[in-house]
Amino acid sequence: MTGLSGILLFPLVFCAFMCLYRIGRGPSAPDRAVAIDILGTLIVAFTALIGLATGRDWYLTIALAWALVSFIAAIALAKYLEGWMFDE
Amino acid sequence: MNETIGTILITVGVVFDVLGCLGLVRLPDVYNRLQAATKCVTLGTCLILLGVAVNAGWGNAPLAIKSLLCAAFILLTSPVGAHALARGAYRSGVPLCDASVVDEYADSQTIKDYHQAKAAARTAEQEQGHAKAKTA
Repeated sequence: MTGLSGILLFPLVFCAFMCLYRIGRGPSAPDRAVAIDILGTLIVAFTALIGLATGRDWYLTIALAWALVSFIAAIALAKYLEGWMFDE
Repeated sequence: MNETIGTILITVGVVFDVLGCLGLVRLPDVYNRLQAATKCVTLGTCLILLGVAVNAGWGNAPLAIKSLLCAAFILLTSPVGAHALARGAYRSGVPLCDASVVDEYADSQTIKDYHQAKAAARTAEQEQGHAKAKTA
């Protein structure tokens, strides 16, 4: 956890807190859904940076899986917001 | 040399991420927030992943290949997710902010068809509910 890639994790933590602010404050449900989607993308970047700082490649496997799950969650949330059930 | 280029890419990506999240906090309505946050954060994260790949290089090939794969995946999926979320937000009835000038989607045939189908589904559901109440 040394060098610049370790220091650059802190702005990303700040970004995550801004997303959490929007999740907590957001006046409507879509606001929260958008913030959750963005938080997932941020976590992918964060995990990749940790992988670079430690030199272990399985962190990128976690990032890949997280990106997949985050995409499916975004699609499911959008479908739910439209007001239909999932089997239509 | 590789490390310098990679670090510059990662730094630019982090700057984009911070600006995107600032947009998420500061802008007035869902659609503005979605636009600022999605575009900036997608670009920023892809730059970070590219920087990780360049920084790792041939010395740590699994890390580089996986991060390139991840960047391609995010570039493909993030716009799709954002588009679906925007459509869901509009159809769930979130209003545009007061400063908005034009709303062409409200006049389009797709959204009129959607509202019609929704109303029909709601009346059908209510009738079903009445039928069930009668039998009970």
